[in-house]
Amino acid sequence: MEVGIAGYGAYVPRHRIKVEEIARVWGTDAPAYKKGLRLQEKSVPSPDQDTITMSVESARHALARAGIDPTRLGAVYVGSESHPYAVKPSGTVVAEAVGATPEVHCADLEFACKAGTEGMFVGLSLVRAGAADCVLAIGADTSQGAPGDALEYSASAGAAAFVLARERLVAVCEHTYAYMTDTPDFWRREYQHYPRHAGRFTGEPAYFKHVLSCARGLMEKSGTRPEDFRWAVFHQPNGKFPLRAARELGFPTEKVEQGLLCPLIGNTYSGSSPMGLTAILDVAHPGDRVLMVSYGSGAGSDGFIWRVEERIREVQDLAPKTREQIEDHPLYLDYGTYAKFRGKILRAAE
Amino acid sequence: MRDVAVIGVGMNRWGELWERSLRDIWTEAALEAVDDAGVDHVDAMYVGCMSSGLFVGQEHLGALLADQLGMGPIPGTRVESACASGGLALRQAWIDVASGLHDVVLATGVEKMTDVDGGAATDALATAADQEYESYHGVTFPGLYAMMARTHMHQHRTTRRQLSAVAVKNHRHGSKNPLAQFPQTVTAEQVEESVLVADPLRILDCSPITDGAAAVVLVPLEQARARTKKSLVRIAASAHATDAIALHEREDLAWLASTERAARQAYAQAGIGPDDVSFCEVHDCFTIAEIMVIEALGLAPRGCGGSGAESGATALGGKVPVNPSGGLKSKGHPVGATGIAQVREAVLQLRGEAGERQVERARWGLTQNMGGTGASTVVHVFERV
Repeated sequence: MEVGIAGYGAYVPRHRIKVEEIARVWGTDAPAYKKGLRLQEKSVPSPDQDTITMSVESARHALARAGIDPTRLGAVYVGSESHPYAVKPSGTVVAEAVGATPEVHCADLEFACKAGTEGMFVGLSLVRAGAADCVLAIGADTSQGAPGDALEYSASAGAAAFVLARERLVAVCEHTYAYMTDTPDFWRREYQHYPRHAGRFTGEPAYFKHVLSCARGLMEKSGTRPEDFRWAVFHQPNGKFPLRAARELGFPTEKVEQGLLCPLIGNTYSGSSPMGLTAILDVAHPGDRVLMVSYGSGAGSDGFIWRVEERIREVQDLAPKTREQIEDHPLYLDYGTYAKFRGKILRAAE
Repeated sequence: MRDVAVIGVGMNRWGELWERSLRDIWTEAALEAVDDAGVDHVDAMYVGCMSSGLFVGQEHLGALLADQLGMGPIPGTRVESACASGGLALRQAWIDVASGLHDVVLATGVEKMTDVDGGAATDALATAADQEYESYHGVTFPGLYAMMARTHMHQHRTTRRQLSAVAVKNHRHGSKNPLAQFPQTVTAEQVEESVLVADPLRILDCSPITDGAAAVVLVPLEQARARTKKSLVRIAASAHATDAIALHEREDLAWLASTERAARQAYAQAGIGPDDVSFCEVHDCFTIAEIMVIEALGLAPRGCGGSGAESGATALGGKVPVNPSGGLKSKGHPVGATGIAQVREAVLQLRGEAGERQVERARWGLTQNMGGTGASTVVHVFERV
C-alpha cells in the first residue's frame, strides 16, 4: 500500500534581521560570519507569533493542497523545541484551529531540530497501518540563540506542515530510515531560556556523523544512489553544513539549492528540512525523487525517499509557495526591535 | 653532570580527539616512545601539563599516568609552566639523568583541551596570564599577543603580510607532517581574510585548540649506544629563564627577554652560536610570536624577524628552517604537549627520519618553548653524535 504526502505547506514570518545588524551590536566580523555560516539574514517572529500560530498557518496551507475534510485527520502532531507552554499541548490549539477536533489523536513531539520529521515518520506509519485515514504532521519553531552567541546569527522561525494519507498523494514515501546515538552536542535544561551547545563538537561527531550515516543507510536499504534523485534536502543549521553533506554524499549543488533556505531565513530548527521539502515540492515534476534527511541534536536523523506524483501539478498553486513567501516584502528589524520581539529585553512592570 | 641522549620518541595524531580521554592519548604516546627506545622499564617520569584540572577535571597526573603506564611505583611528577610545561618536563628529566639520579627517564606532555567549549578553553588558557593585573580586566591571550604585534608593527614597521607569511610557511611545513591537526596549506590572502580575533590578529594567525600528547625517553649518552641502533641525539644544552608575567611590567612589549636569556645560556652550554643552528622548533602560538622568537634567538636582528618567513630564510630549504614540523600553527597546540613534540621533531630531524620535511645535513637542532606571553622560556639544543 502506498502512503505519502497529500498536501504540504509552509509558513515563514515576514520579519528579518541581517547578519550585519547582529554583528554591529556585538562588534563581530560580519563578512566572516556570513562566509563562515553561509547565511545572509534570518526570519524573526513578531510578538504575537509563536510555534502554535505558525503551525496553524502552515497547516492551513497543507490542508488547502490536500483538499480533505479536516475531521478526517486521525492525528495531529506538532514537533518543536519551542512549544509555548511547558505543560499544555500546542497540538490541541492547532487541531482545534484547523477543525480536526474532537476525534483526533494529538501529541507534541520534541527532539531538538528533528521533531518535525518525527511527526512525519510516525504519521506515515499510522496511515500505513490503517490506524488513521490521514495525519497532520508539523515541524515549527521560534528558536532562540543567546545574545552574542554564534547561534544568534542563525536561530530563526518557520513552520512546515504535511497531510499524510493513502490517497490524493502528491508524493509517495518509498522508504524511511532512522539513525541515532546518544551524542550530547546541544541541549537546554528545564528553566533555561537559551540552549547550550558544544561548539565544534556539533559538527563532525554530531551533524555529519548522523546525517551522512542516515543518508547512506537509507540509500543502501533502498538500493539507490545519488544519481537516482532529482533533489535532496538536509537539515540546515547553517548554509554550509548541508552543502558539505551533499558533497560528501555525491550530490551536486544544483540538487540541493532549491531546498536550501537557510541562507535566506536562518535555521528554523524543527521546520528546517521540512520547509526545504516544501520548497522542492513547489517546483517538482511528477516522477522526481527526493532524498530528505533531518537532524536533531542529542542526536539522530530521520531519512525519507519521496517520489513525486502527477497530482503535484494540481496543488502547487493552491497555497502560497515557500520561496514566494520568503521573498514577499520582508520587513527588516534593527537589533533593538528584534530584542524586544524576542523577549530579550523586558519592559518595566507597570 | 653526565651527557644525556634522547633514544625514544612518541606522538599520536593531534586534533579534536573527542572519542578518547587524556589517559588514552598520553598512554599511546608514552608507549610509542618506550618502544622506540627499546627499553623495558623507566626509572622515573615527568608529565608536562598546563591545566588538566580546568580542561578535564583531573589533577594528580603523575600518579595517574605512572599507573596507567603500568610502571608504578616509579616517581611520577607533574610539571607546570603554562604552555612551556612540556619543555620544562624535558628539562626536569634531563636534570634527573644528567645528575646521575636516574638512568632511564620518560619526559612527556599532554593536554586534552576540546572537552570544554571555546569560552572555557579561553578562560583556562588565560590563567597563564597575570590574574590580578591582566585577566581580571578581561584580556585574553589573543588580546595580549595583539598588543605585542601592534607594538612590533609600530616600532619596527613589521607588516601584516609578514605576519601572514609565518602562517603560510608553517602550514606548508605542516602539510608534510602526517600527525598535524591542520595540514592544509593556506595563502596570505586567506590569512588576511579570516575572522578577526584581536586586531591585527586573525584566526589564521592563531594556533588552534588541540588534544594531543608526546613523549621522549632519556638515558645517559654513555649507555645509549648499547640500548639503540638508531642515530644518537644528545642534549647539548638545557636552559630556562623567566620574565615578568604581566606585559606592562616589561621594558619592551616587542621583545622576549626570557627567550633571549635562555637562548644565550643554551648557546654557551652547547658551545655554538645562532649561525650554527641547522633548524629550530619554536613557539609560534601566534604568528607574531615566531617573528619575536627568532629575533630573541639571534636568528634575525632585533626588529627584523618579520623578514624571516617573508624572505624564505626560515622555510625548509632556507638558511635556517624554523618549525619544519608545521609548528604550533599547523601541527596543533595541546599546550602541555607542545614542548615535548618539539623535541620529537628535533630528534627525527637529527636522525634523518623526518621524511618529506627533512632538513638537509642537520647537525644542531634548537627547541624553544614559551609560557604565557613569554614569562617563561625553555630552550634546548640537540646534537647528532
